[in-house]
Amino acid sequence: MISSTVTTLTVLLITIFLFKEGTSLFSQSPLEGDNIIVVNSSNPIAHISSIQIKDIFDQKITHWDSLGGKKDSIILFTFNDLSTYFSDDEIGANFEFLPHKIDSLVNIEPGIIAVFSKKYLDPKFAGKKIKIDNISVTQFLSEKEWFPTANPAVQLGALPLILGTLWVSLIAILIALPIGLATAIYLAEVANAKMRNIYKPIIELLAGIPSVVYGFFGLIVIVPMVQQTFNLPVGETALSGSILLAIMALPTIITVSEDAIRNTPRSMKEASLALGANRWQTIVRVTIPNSISGISAAAILGIGRAIGETMAVLMVTGNAAVIPHSLLQPVRTIPATIAAELGEAPKNGIHYKALFALGCILFLITMIINIWVDYISRKRGNYSK
Amino acid sequence: MDTSSRKRLAENTAFWIFRILSLGVIGILFSILGFILSKGLSVISWDFITKMPEDGMTKGGIYPAIIGTFYLIAGSMLFAFPIGLMSGIYTNEYAREGKIKRFIKLMTANLAGIPSIVFGLFGMALFVNGMGFGDSIIAGSLTLGLLVLPIIIRTTEESLKAIDNSFRHASLALGATKLQTIGRVTLPMAMPNIITGIILSIGRVSGETAPILFTVAAYFLPKLPTSIYDQVMALPYHLYVISTSGTNIQESRAMAYGTAVVLILIVLILNLIANAIRRSLGKKYKIN
Repeated sequence: MISSTVTTLTVLLITIFLFKEGTSLFSQSPLEGDNIIVVNSSNPIAHISSIQIKDIFDQKITHWDSLGGKKDSIILFTFNDLSTYFSDDEIGANFEFLPHKIDSLVNIEPGIIAVFSKKYLDPKFAGKKIKIDNISVTQFLSEKEWFPTANPAVQLGALPLILGTLWVSLIAILIALPIGLATAIYLAEVANAKMRNIYKPIIELLAGIPSVVYGFFGLIVIVPMVQQTFNLPVGETALSGSILLAIMALPTIITVSEDAIRNTPRSMKEASLALGANRWQTIVRVTIPNSISGISAAAILGIGRAIGETMAVLMVTGNAAVIPHSLLQPVRTIPATIAAELGEAPKNGIHYKALFALGCILFLITMIINIWVDYISRKRGNYSK
Repeated sequence: MDTSSRKRLAENTAFWIFRILSLGVIGILFSILGFILSKGLSVISWDFITKMPEDGMTKGGIYPAIIGTFYLIAGSMLFAFPIGLMSGIYTNEYAREGKIKRFIKLMTANLAGIPSIVFGLFGMALFVNGMGFGDSIIAGSLTLGLLVLPIIIRTTEESLKAIDNSFRHASLALGATKLQTIGRVTLPMAMPNIITGIILSIGRVSGETAPILFTVAAYFLPKLPTSIYDQVMALPYHLYVISTSGTNIQESRAMAYGTAVVLILIVLILNLIANAIRRSLGKKYKIN
């Protein structure tokens, strides 16, 4: 009895752990550690977004007036610039004079923007603290920049990763579906028992090859092939990923849709044949329409597999976190991002939590897909009764 | 052309297209296997599978990775087999049809559909950090065990379902209890099929990379583990690192081919065994 609830329990535990870590990302400041951002008290700006912070520190924004402030040019101060502003003696051996120094620097320079740890804030600080938006769910889902280690404010826009994942998987299914469906029809309706017995273990083997071996094959065969065919500087592209995922999704698509096709009642097929239709017409007009829900379940399951695939995609898609505009550009998917970055993300930091939040998105997508497939197959069950 | 010959032509063309496309599927498999085996078989030697890696993993063998994978297989099966078996027996033999059973089945399907990297995240959060196991064999085995649990549950369930009810009734009619019936009649009959499921999940465990990335796998560790709290190297992770992130990717290509061959051979042999069991079983009970 208890053992039967183990899967339910596991799913529950996974949900709890993922979402506990993932959701703790939100409503916290995008600044790493206990950093604060201050400006001169005469500066009218009281509020900047994390993208603006990035642009300021990348020196893409150089004047306050582009943010709606005064004409002053922006002067940056971070902890790394300490030595350009102050001498060691001025700071003191244990940074004991630093709060006062920062305070006076901020008061002298009208255009300054300073990032430093809260503990160096002078008790009598006369500058102005800037308010920064906390990380929000909408921001996470809609922003286009993924720089989880950017300094001083991280950029957590998961949109390119989400789009990259969907894009690569969708193309993969577009490639795999015709081939998979043709094979399924062949196995269910055309091939004799002997051919079927040859095919079955082969498809099983195709499903059993580890994804890292597919990735390795993709890396040394598909990537150079794509590169040469399209004359590209690099072959690690969305297309390489899609081709590889298509191969990997084939067994799922073939087995599930073959089952569906085979479940068509014999009486329906025989009725069609008796009316003078040949086998091909019966397949097109009777068998496929009757098994269409099973075939769509196969396609959805295939997409699910492709969306969650990690290693193979990680090895061949080039991992650039930009919104893809063409199949011949590198992309980065959600699973690949988690696999590539989690090792370097400090435990319980913003980056770590952001990767768990990505895991939540992935989990939700696959959960929806599974429940959807369950719904489809239940509907089909009722229909054939 | 009259209608009937046009119909024939359409049928023939369609069937030939199907034949060619499905041959294409076989072609894909054989080109993958052929390519890797042709380049990698020559790398395989006794030294390759019994020696430690040397010279920044460009020479030597993959012994620790083989042993690591072996420990992970053993650990995950020790955990997943009893639980999966009990769960499968309960669902098929005890649970009554209804909402609860449907829910349990849906959850099992859901668990099977969760991407392996999510298992990795979960394993890291619960076993590595939460329970404080650190990167260790036990954390990796538990994570992999959860991953294959649905496979074992499903094969147990299906092999039990395939057994005709008359066997159960005969046993019960002779006065055996339900538990005795399961232990002496149903389970032994279903066992060969269940073993097939176990073999296929061993294949899965030996090839999975994403769940072990953050729970156990070591980049380079030329010694064998001494306890279940040690990190190990593992074959799939080894293949991943030496083909993508090593300092000398070109020099370690041969090692990568060799590792890929070992992985493929493991899967190939496991599949052959599973098929042989299934075939002999099909003859015995006339199922499949």
